[in-house]
This record gives sequence, structure tokens and C-alpha cells, in this order.
Amino acid sequence: MSRRKKYRMPLLHIDKMSHDFGGLRAVNNYHLTVESGQIRGLIGPNGAGKTTIFNLITGIYKPTEGDIYLENKKITGLEPHRIAHMGIGRTFQNLQLWRHMTVLEHVKMACYSKITYGLIGAFFGTPKRHREEEKIETKAHDLLKVVGVDHIADQIVINLPYGDQRRVEMARALAIEPKILFLDEPTAGMNPEELNQMMEIIRHVHRELGLAIFLIEHRLKMVMELCEIIQTLDFGRVIAEGTPEEIQNDPKVIDAYLGKEVVL
Amino acid sequence: MIFKKLRNSFSQVPLLGWLLGAVIAVLLERYLGDGLADVLGLPKIPVLFGFLIMLKKPLLIPSALIFVLLIYALPISGVARLSAPFINRLVAWLFKFPTIISVVLHLGFLYAILHLWSDVSAYRVLTLKLTMIAIMVTLSLNVVNGYMGEFSCSHPGFMALGAYAASVFTVVLFAKDRLFGSAILPSALGPYMFPVALIIGGLVASLGALAIAIPSFRTRGDYLAIISLAFMFIVKSMIENLEVVGGPRGLSSQPDYASLPTVFLWTVACVWIINNFVRSTFGKALCAVRDDEMAANAMTVNTRQTKIVAFLFSAFWAGVAGGLFAHVLRYVNPGTFGLQKLAEVLAMVYFGGLNSVYGSIVGAVSLSMLGEALRPLEIFKWIIIPLLLILVMIYRPTGLIAFKEFDVKKLIEPKHEPEKEV
Repeated sequence: MSRRKKYRMPLLHIDKMSHDFGGLRAVNNYHLTVESGQIRGLIGPNGAGKTTIFNLITGIYKPTEGDIYLENKKITGLEPHRIAHMGIGRTFQNLQLWRHMTVLEHVKMACYSKITYGLIGAFFGTPKRHREEEKIETKAHDLLKVVGVDHIADQIVINLPYGDQRRVEMARALAIEPKILFLDEPTAGMNPEELNQMMEIIRHVHRELGLAIFLIEHRLKMVMELCEIIQTLDFGRVIAEGTPEEIQNDPKVIDAYLGKEVVL
Repeated sequence: MIFKKLRNSFSQVPLLGWLLGAVIAVLLERYLGDGLADVLGLPKIPVLFGFLIMLKKPLLIPSALIFVLLIYALPISGVARLSAPFINRLVAWLFKFPTIISVVLHLGFLYAILHLWSDVSAYRVLTLKLTMIAIMVTLSLNVVNGYMGEFSCSHPGFMALGAYAASVFTVVLFAKDRLFGSAILPSALGPYMFPVALIIGGLVASLGALAIAIPSFRTRGDYLAIISLAFMFIVKSMIENLEVVGGPRGLSSQPDYASLPTVFLWTVACVWIINNFVRSTFGKALCAVRDDEMAANAMTVNTRQTKIVAFLFSAFWAGVAGGLFAHVLRYVNPGTFGLQKLAEVLAMVYFGGLNSVYGSIVGAVSLSMLGEALRPLEIFKWIIIPLLLILVMIYRPTGLIAFKEFDVKKLIEPKHEPEKEV
């Protein structure tokens, strides 16, 4: 039953979205349709506007033109925390972690919108608060186990190696219980071994939690192996869209991207 | 080596042991203090651990030191160490019951110590009350400047609002005054209505905070610092021009409601509630906003609401502290709540440590006590204290005890013998 419903209504739908920074058109006529459970990739040379698209969808910028729909609900112009609560989890390109907080606190913090004990609970430490805090703590530990950093739950996040920080950010994004997960270069700065582990984690959450995933990546190995459909972006415009094979053989893509720098 | 051994030996003393030692010490002072002071040639019991006497009359330094050693240092350490095994077992036994019982017991001991200690002179009572009020203000400012990472300068303004609101409430209702005429309600009712007065003071301060919060939390940056500084001056000159409450001459004849137990209870409540708040996920959201607001927002934290709520909450406690302050001095004038007060409170926050309830308590107590202890030095006091601050800023930029959680359970639990190092 749910399968049918999924196909009738795309999880995320964007039509003719454009965004200007001053006089510069950073994103031009962007379109996207993600069905639930899909893994989509977005590639393109530096400065093509990939992260801007993430920021537009997650509400950090408001698009100049066009609308964004999550499960047929219009989310254009909503505040980022509302959009996140509705089911878009994300990670950041340059690891935006909270430098004074522990790993566990990071994941618990992402459960913010699910807390119902209110200010009375926060001020007076009611039993309800203890119950809820315990609940999200268990949940946080479970997620940390999924990404494999539960053994360092009490460490301050800034002291961790880079790969672990990426995992924490992943767990944090999962804690908001997203329907679709946005990963902004999840393997940037990782060594090959860490890269493989991260791919394993992405596959795992995709399989176990049934999440749709939308990822920006520079390493083509990763995009080609993981994604079902890939979009290529250049100067804010989608120049190609298709399966990994199609993209790899598309002359426009090779011109814009692969021709200059082959990382494969 | 000896130092380390001593430290190891004393690290197994639980908090209750120290409290017991302090009770013995203050009892000793109460009953033997006068005699000992006579024998040592001191004019009277040194009111502030001998600091005042030592600075006034350097010749009496040895006597003052001996007094402090005999009355405080030896009894406290001796009793604490000797009773440790027994007290540890007692504390462990108490832990079988709800934690609240142990906490109340500790607080009872603490209050007994403060009460007995301050009973010796009126000066001590006043210093103690003002110190506890300083703890409240420092803690409330730490919520904004430490946990939230913004810079607020308006806390003296909030104190003024709280002080005047609470004073007007009690003076109009329960006291005969040249400005407001005779009391409206019987004065026997007064002490019971005092919490209401303080809460009204706090709420008025929160209302003032809302006026700052709405324009300044749209963006981050220096806006809050500037707007809140302006707010402080506006409040001050507004009160100076309000003849109804006495204008620059101030407002007096507040009834004597702020007794030591009252101030103590409010301070405990303030520490407890603020500590609860900053340890909840709502409070942690402040740290998230401070460290990376964009990430906090993307992780479902309603950042703007979080900031406004915390700011109003902080202002509330500053207002309550202001109300207590007015009733401790039983006189209040707008001049008190100016730049000097601001500098004092900011110094306490940054000296003690950002983002830490311990830090605020340590900062407030140490700077208040230091301010009193160095009083005989007069003008040099204002050289020594800033110098200390500069040193702290150089060697510990975030303050003495920063980023440390205040865990009551950990504080009062029984201590065991430290592991032997091989």
C-alpha cells in the first residue's frame, strides 16, 4: 500500500527554482524530483552552486523564484528548524559541529523538536523531563552505534579525529528522524579506509531506515557506486541528468568536469 | 611528595565531612573566639578571616594567622579527615533514600554554618547577604554571556527594575512612607507576600528584557551589547526622573523582609532552577546556538525563540536579585545600578568562568569577599582586583572554572580512597 502511495507522490519536488546573489544568478531553473528511498547525487565543479542548492532547500536562503514541496507540502520560505522538523536532515561541507559539546549531546540536541516537557520541565526537573531525556539518550546511543562512535559518546567533539567528527555529524542528522538526508561532501578529507567505512554507513542507513539520500560529492568513485541518478551542475544550471553510466559518457559533463580533472 | 600525600588523604573526605568540620569551627569561634582573641592581643574576633586586621595593623599579622589556624584551619581539616570513614558510610546510607534528602541535609548544614558564622557581627550578615545576591546576578548573567555567548550589559538595569518594582510593591502595601503614605494592608501579612514582590520584580525585569530581545535577536553580533548598554542607561535616567519613586534621591523604608534565611533560600532556588535549565536539552540548545547557530537551526532548534526565552529567564533572576538587594539595604537609589555595578558583575562572570554554575558561584564569592577583604587598602584595591582579572584572562581566558557541569549528586556522594598508583 505504501509502495503505491510513494509512487504517486514524490518525496521532494522542486520546479524552476532560481536564486540570485545580488546580480549573480547562482542557481538557474533548477528542478529535482526525489522518490522516497532513492539515492541521488549532485556533482559539479567548484563554485557550481551545489551547496547553495542545499541551503535553498533546507531554508537557509529563500529562493528568488520557484517553489519546493516536501510530500506535497510547500516548504519554500519556512525557517530552517521547521523544514528540518518536517523531515530534511543534513550535514555540512565543513563540519559545523558545536565545539564545546560532547558527542552524545550533539545527537540529543537534534531531538530538540521532539521534546514536549516544556519550560516547566526544564526549570524544575519534573519526572516527565527525566523520562524524556532518558528516552532521547537511549535513541542517541542507538544512532551512535549505527555510525560506530558509541564508545566515545562522552568526549568533547572537537578532540576527535576528522573521520569520527563526520560520523557524529551523520548521527546528528539522523536523530531528527529525516525522511530524506542531505549529505554535503560526506567524505571530504577522509582517507580511503574511512571513505569505505562511510560508504558502508550510508548504505546501511539507506537500507535499514529506508531513507532517501541526496548527496553532493567530489569523489566520483563514491557517487558512481552509490547513486541511482546523478545530476551535473555547472554555473548554477543542470547540464546533465541520468544514471552513472550515462553521466560518465555525457560529453557535456566531460567538458565541464571530468575533462579537467579525473579522480576516478 | 608530602603535598601529594596530603591531597590523597583529604580527597576521601566527602562534602558532608567538610561541612561538619566547618560547623565545629564556627561553634569554636562562637564560644572560644573572644577569649582567644584576647589572649592573642586582637581587639576582637577577626570578622573576615583576619584579612582586615592584617591589612590595617601589620603588627598583628602573626596573631591573626594563629587565630585563623586555631579556629578554622586545624578544626576543619582535623574533623573532616578524622570523621571521613564514618561520614562516608553515613552518606552512602543516605543515598539509599531519594537524593533530595541528602541534598536537604547538606543545605541544612550549610545554612547552619552561615548562620552561626554571621551571628558574630552585623557586618558579616550584610556581607553574606550581598555575596549571595552577587551569586544570583552573576549566574543570571552567565546564562546570557556564557551559555548563550552573547554580550549583555543590561543586568544592572534589570536589577534596578526588579529592585524598584519589588520595593514599590512592599512599601505601598506594608510600610508607612513619606512618598506613598501609610500601609494599605496589615504589616503582619508582609513577609508572606514578599515572594510575590520578588516575583513581580523579576517579571518587570523580564518585560524590560523583552524590549531588548525583540530588536536585537534578529541577527547575531554586537547589537545586543550596544542595545543593552543603552537600555541600562535609559532605565537609570528614567528612574532618576520619576519623582513618584523619589527620583535621584532614591526610595527607602523597605520593610525588613530580606532576612538571612530568606536570601539563602532564594539563592538556593536560583542556583537549582538555573542549573536545571542549563542542563536540560533546552539549555544545551543555548550552547548549540552559541557554537554554531546555523547548524542548530538545521537540527530543529528554534534558535530565535531559544535566545529570547533564555534572555527573559536571565533577566527574571536579575530582577529577583535586585528586589532582594533593595530589601537587604532597605534603601535603593538609581545611582547604584550604573556602570560600576556592570563592571563588577561582568568581572565576576569572567573571573569565575563562562558556561559554568560552579564558576559563577566561585567568581561571585571570591570577588565579593576580595572586595571586602581589601577594603583597608582603599584605592589600591582597584589596582589589585583588576590586576588579578588580567592575570586570569591571560592564563585562563575563559575563567577559573569554565565549561564544567554542576552535578549535585557527584558533589555530595561518598568519596573513596583514591586508587594507589603503582
